[in-house]
Formats: sequence, C-alpha cells, structure tokens
Amino acid sequence: MDAHKAEHTHHELGFWRKYVFSTDHKVIGLQYLITAMAMAVVGGTLSMLMRYQLGWPSLPSPTMEKIFPIAFQGSIMAPEFYISLVTMHGTIMVFFLFTAVLTGGFGNFLIPLQIGARDMAFPFLNALSYWVFLLSCIVILSALFITSGAPLGGWTAYAPLSAIPGSGPGQDTGMTLWITAIALFSASGLMGGLNYITTILTMRTRGLSMMRLPLTQWSLLVTAILGLLAFPVLLAAGILLTFDRIGGTSFFVPAGIIMNQMPLDHSGGHPLLWQHLFWFFGHPEVYIVILPAMGMASDILSTFCRKPIFSYRMMVYSMIAISILSFVVWGHHMFVSGMNPFLGSVFTLTTLLIAVPSAVKTFNWLGTVWGARIRFTAAGLFAIGFVSMFVSGGLSGLFLGTSAADIQLQDTYFVVAHFHLVMAIAPLFAAFAGLYFWFPKMFGRMMNETLGKIHFWFTFAGAYCVFFPMHILGVGGQMRRIYDPTQYAFLQPQQPLNVFISVSAFVLGSAQIIFLANFFVSIFAGRRVTERNPWHANTLEWTAPCPPGHGNFGEELPEVYRWPFDYGVPGEVEDFIPQTTPIGAVAKH
Amino acid sequence: MADGAGPGRVTLSGAVLAALILILIIASLYLFIAKPYWFPTLASVHGQSIDSLFMAVLVVSGIAFVLVQGALGFFVARYGENGRERAAYWHDNPRAEAFLLIGTAVILTILVFMGQRVWASIYFVDAPADALVVEVTGEQFQWNFHYAGPDGAFGRTDTKLITSTNNIGLDRTDPAAKDDVTIINEMHFPMGRPVKVRLRSKDVIHSFFLPNLRVKQDAVPGLSIEVWFTPNRAGAYEIACAELCGLGHYRMKGALTVDESQQAFDTWLRQKAAEQQQ
Repeated sequence: MDAHKAEHTHHELGFWRKYVFSTDHKVIGLQYLITAMAMAVVGGTLSMLMRYQLGWPSLPSPTMEKIFPIAFQGSIMAPEFYISLVTMHGTIMVFFLFTAVLTGGFGNFLIPLQIGARDMAFPFLNALSYWVFLLSCIVILSALFITSGAPLGGWTAYAPLSAIPGSGPGQDTGMTLWITAIALFSASGLMGGLNYITTILTMRTRGLSMMRLPLTQWSLLVTAILGLLAFPVLLAAGILLTFDRIGGTSFFVPAGIIMNQMPLDHSGGHPLLWQHLFWFFGHPEVYIVILPAMGMASDILSTFCRKPIFSYRMMVYSMIAISILSFVVWGHHMFVSGMNPFLGSVFTLTTLLIAVPSAVKTFNWLGTVWGARIRFTAAGLFAIGFVSMFVSGGLSGLFLGTSAADIQLQDTYFVVAHFHLVMAIAPLFAAFAGLYFWFPKMFGRMMNETLGKIHFWFTFAGAYCVFFPMHILGVGGQMRRIYDPTQYAFLQPQQPLNVFISVSAFVLGSAQIIFLANFFVSIFAGRRVTERNPWHANTLEWTAPCPPGHGNFGEELPEVYRWPFDYGVPGEVEDFIPQTTPIGAVAKH
Repeated sequence: MADGAGPGRVTLSGAVLAALILILIIASLYLFIAKPYWFPTLASVHGQSIDSLFMAVLVVSGIAFVLVQGALGFFVARYGENGRERAAYWHDNPRAEAFLLIGTAVILTILVFMGQRVWASIYFVDAPADALVVEVTGEQFQWNFHYAGPDGAFGRTDTKLITSTNNIGLDRTDPAAKDDVTIINEMHFPMGRPVKVRLRSKDVIHSFFLPNLRVKQDAVPGLSIEVWFTPNRAGAYEIACAELCGLGHYRMKGALTVDESQQAFDTWLRQKAAEQQQ
C-alpha cells in the first residue's frame, strides 16, 4: 500500500485516550515537555536554596525553619540537607529536565512532523516510554519526602559512598530510590531511542534524503544512537551497585573498609570501576544533552537569520565526529582519581580532539549570522544566546581537558562554571528557543513576544552573572559541593563573589516566572495563529495545520524536493522556499 | 535589490545584545587580567609550571573568546533585518572551513604537548631518594597523618587494630613503630625538601587538596596512591577535601605548615613524638 496516501480515518477518542493515555507522538511530546518543566521548577528551586546557603552560610532564619522544619532545625540549614540539594538538583536537571525535554519532548513532537510521517514507528512503545519516565520522576521526587532524607552522593553517585548504606543519612532508602529512578529512566530512554532511530531511518517521506534532513533531525538521530549505547552501561552499573548494597557482592567496595568504626565484610571490589562505568555513560550523556540543542539552535538560527546554515555538510559530519569521540573521552573526569597517569595523557589528547568538531560548529554558526538579516524574535534571540553560552562554556573546557591544568581545577567551581554554561545554560537557551519557535505548532497560538524578549534579556544577563564568576571562584580554589566555603580561610576573601552570584541567581530564577506565565497563559489566551507557517520557515512541520490533527498531514503526506535551508535565495520572490516546493516551481522576478 | 551587499539595520534588540556581549568581554578581561581574585599564593616548585600552563591556555582561549564573542556581537548589531534587502546568500566556503579546522587542530595539538610536558614532569618522574615520606589516610571526616620518625621506617598497620584512639591501626609493638608520629588534621613539611605523600582511605573516596601547593589527588579505599612535590615557601596553609565524602565533607579540613628549615620541622616532629609518649 502506498503509505503516502494511507487511509486516514478519524475515529473520535474520549478525553482520557486523547490527552492522557494517548499514543499520538504530539501528545506524548507535550507530556514529556510539561513533566520536564515541572521537574525544572523543582530542580531550580533546589538550586535557589543552595545559593541561599552559599551566599550567607549558616545564616539563622526562623522563617526558613517554619517552611522546612527538619532541614532547618535550629533555624540553620543542616549540612546533609545541603548535600542532598546538590544531589537532587544535579540528578533532576541532567536527567529529568535536559535529557527528557530535548529528546523526549522535542524529539517526540518533531520527529514525525519534520520527516513527514504520521506518527512514530512504535506508538505504543512511545507511550510506554513516557509512562515509565513519569514513574521515574515520581520515584526520584519521593526521595525528597522520606524521613531519612534524600541521597548525598551527588549526581555521579561515586562508590563506595553510594555503595554503603551506612555512609551517611539518605544513603540508605534515599540512595535506593535514586538507583531505582535512574534505572527506570534508563529503560524509558532506551524505548525512546529505539523508536527515534527506527522512525528517522525508515519513515522519511518521499524525497527526504538524509542530506535533506533538518539539523534537528540529524541531532536527534545521533543522540538516540548515543543513548542506545550509553544508557545500558548506566543501567548495568546501577544493577551492580544494587547488588553491592543489598546482595553482599563487592563490585565497587574493596576489602578493609572501616565505616563508623565497624569493619565491612566486603573484598575484591574497585571504587574506580564505578567511575569508569559511570563516565563511560556520563560523557556521552553530556552530548545527549548538547547535540539536540545544537541541532535545534542551528535550524532556528538559520530561520531567523533568513540565511542558509553555513556548511550544512560540516555540521552533520562534526555531529557524527563528536558522537564517536564522546565515547573515548570519559577519563578526563578522572585525571586525579588515581587512574594510571598514562591514561591521563591519552584522555587529554582525545579531549582536545573533540574540541575540533565543536569549534567547527561554532565557526559555522558565526558564518550563518555573518551577513544575515536577523529577525530578533524571542526564539531567534535565544538561538543566538545559545551560541554565546556554548562558546563561553566550551572554552573553559580547554583548561579542564589539559590534565596538568586540571589538577588544581578538578572538583572546584571552575568545573561547575564550565559544565553549567556548556551543558545546562546552552541547552536551556536552545530549549527556550525551541519553545518560543514551535509553540504555535504545538498549541495553535502564539506566545507573547514582548514578554519573551524581557525573559531573554534577564536570562542572558542573569546566566552570565551567575555562572561566569564561578570560574574565578574555581581559580581561587573553592571546592564544589561544599556546604560552607567560609570554613576555609583561603576562601573567605572570595565570599563577596558568592553573594553576587546568589543575588544574580535569585534574579535569574525569578525571571523564569515570566516565561512560565507566558507559556501557560498563552496556551489558552495567546493570539491565535492564522497561518500554518507564521515564521516563514522551510521545514515540513510548517506545512501541517497549527496544531496538526491526528496523523499530522491530512490526506496526503508531503513530498520533499529540496533541503530545508533555502532562505534568501537570490532571484526568488519570497525569502524562503519550503521543502515541499518543487525545483523550478517558484516564480522568478 | 542589493542582496546582503550593504549593512543591515541597527535594531534595538541587536544593539542591546551587542552591548551586553561587549560588557561580558570587558568584565571577563578585567577578571582575568586585573585579577581581583586569583589563585591562592603559590608554595611549591611544580606549581609554577601548572600556573604557567594555565596562563598559556588562558591566552589561547582568551583570544578565541574575544574574537568569537566580539564577532557575534558585531554581527547582531550590524545585520538586523531592514525589510528591504535580503541576507547575503552563501552557505559554504571549503577553503575557509579547511583553514579554520586545521588551524584549530594545530593550536590544540600544541596545547596538548605543552600540557603533557607538565603532566609528565609531575607524574612520570620518581620522587628523589631523600624525599620526606608521609602517609595520609582519609576518613569521614578527618585527615590522619603518619610520619615515620627519625628511623625513617613506618611501623606496621593493621585495620584490626583500629580503635577510637588508634585511627590508622598502628601496631605499637612493631619496633619500627616506636618513633612513629600519628596526628590528625595537622601536617608539617620542611621547606625545600621533596615530600612524597602516600594516600589511602578508610571508608569512601576523599581528595587530598593543598590549594597553595597545586596538589590534588584522590584518596581511594583499597588503593595506595603516591604523589610528590617540593614546598618552596614557608608559611601556614590549609588542607581541604575536594571529593564529596558525605555530610561533613565541608569540614574535612586540615592545617599545613611549611617550616623554614629542616631543623624547625624536626623540632615540631620531636615535640609531637613526645606528646604521644605521654
């Protein structure tokens, strides 16, 4: 049967089947998106509490004690509460916000729409992936509400701290919930990844060759492959860790450990094995977050520059190069871990190698903006902001990737500054760009542009005020995950910087309320979109109605004749040519 | 229609964004050149090469930062949409791309070699034979230091002997242990003499961080990790734990004194040994 003229019957579904237990990729995408936004609110709030403590260490506050009677017993934040904030903030943001919103949210929503398909290859698996994800969210959040407290291991859960339930409060039940949530999340990610790869490889509409794919689709494909190779390693490591915790095995726990004056009955394990397994997953994970952000930012940048992306081919090749290299750089997290120093040399080389394709992408973004005719929409501003943040965060990676320079900087705020800019703020900017850009396609209404721009100015300035000075804190030696830096005489002179960062963080956090209000009010009261293609973009989703119905494209699937970057082609009437326009079919002037 | 030939319009958004990027560039240049906050005072020989390497990477990344952010700021200010003309139409330039790719690769390769020279000088060179050896054992949440004493031989340790007063399980019946000094959260080195630190942990991973000496090395349970360095500036410094080790991580702090002379160090060690005899 010709799939392009597939029989398309609309049978009306009830509310629950249509909006809740749906197998429609758009509904699942929005479910991922809204769930991840809720997780972001939690994760962001936790970071505000961290900044409160770091700005004014152990400041007595009866008000806080009223709100958090256990965490602020005696009106001062408890150290274990601070470490649990660190752990939960990192875990929620890396997994439950960024991984979920970029691949789960945008991936599900955009893949069928941008490749001209009616749905994902396995709609049921897709729905299952979301429900398992939601379950993992509930499990991780429940760790915040148990009496023994949330886990203290950091998002990296280094063994043996994570492997020994008695190593601290929260390391028993809290840590078990952490491992369970991460295992569920990994399973959910695997289901999604299988779906994305199959869909992009097999369900592209007629004429849509691989080298005509939008960069968003390339990035989602590469990301899904990375996820499929990386998440099983994390899942396996989590299972081994569980065996160590409750099964009496010793994968990560060596002999001779004395915990709370009591010798432990373990022998033969190796703590660095956890780090190798974790970072073998963890470094590709960084790219699982940043690659879709790069793809989306590239497409949106080109659209609002009214100019083709510079060097599409190099963009694709560099993404592939980054994804391959991402599997051989994990040791740069372990330069001073006690790993053989010869490995440090190898990982320095591979790490600086991965900077080359990243630099290529940066040049190409600059080449796209050069000579452009930029439309400064909120989406366009966030796409430009993405480039700025990625460059700032990426360059500080050179210091950390050079093993000898990393000795002083490892586990300091220099690292915190680096990874926040490059893999939290940059993807956040791309996600905001994506939300402002695809909002009309999602809901058939526009977000308020003025509020969007105000949101951008506060977020751009705020993010730099928060994260750039952290480099300086790190140079000064401030360790990360420290409850009270003023305990150290050598860190006391830097305390004004901590106050500045905390105040900036509160401004940055508050500015996100503008976004949330704009987003949720616009769903119901935004200006209605009167055309299918309000931004004059070229990709296939803009040929579908706003919002597209079930099956996306009506009777016939679109056919593709060109790449998605025909902006400002000389001699053409319009400054954009959608992918569905046949070559030679547009009026010349 | 002169497509992309002339300048675009200077839009309000473009100008504001360019201004913010300019402020970013000026502020970062100020922070990294005027150095209102900077590294803790340097107090070791190898630390000089780490600091110089940092400066070399700073020059390279600083130039790239200013050029790229500056170009981005200039482009957003200049190339706003003016409603009349189109963007310049070009979407690749293989020669420029090849030039930038090879240029980046060459610069990064140079950085790799510069970095590896320093790395090799720290990790691939054995400590001199006259180095002072100190055994360091991390535990939640304190640092245990073990000096061999005048005989230069460490007494036997055994985890079975660990008690609340014998933190590292030193076997005091071992003749070599007679003059050993064990001490918590306090450490001395003589200035100018190489020091070899042997790191262990009793429970979870800790990281032995001497900010002024540019030393950081994890203490991993089950492993014995050695690192050596030469303190070259007398004074009082701090010892920190740099790896998250539990709720008391922030207070796993020690005091380091680099003594003016071997003599001053010996006096301190004798005094500590005498305290232990009591």
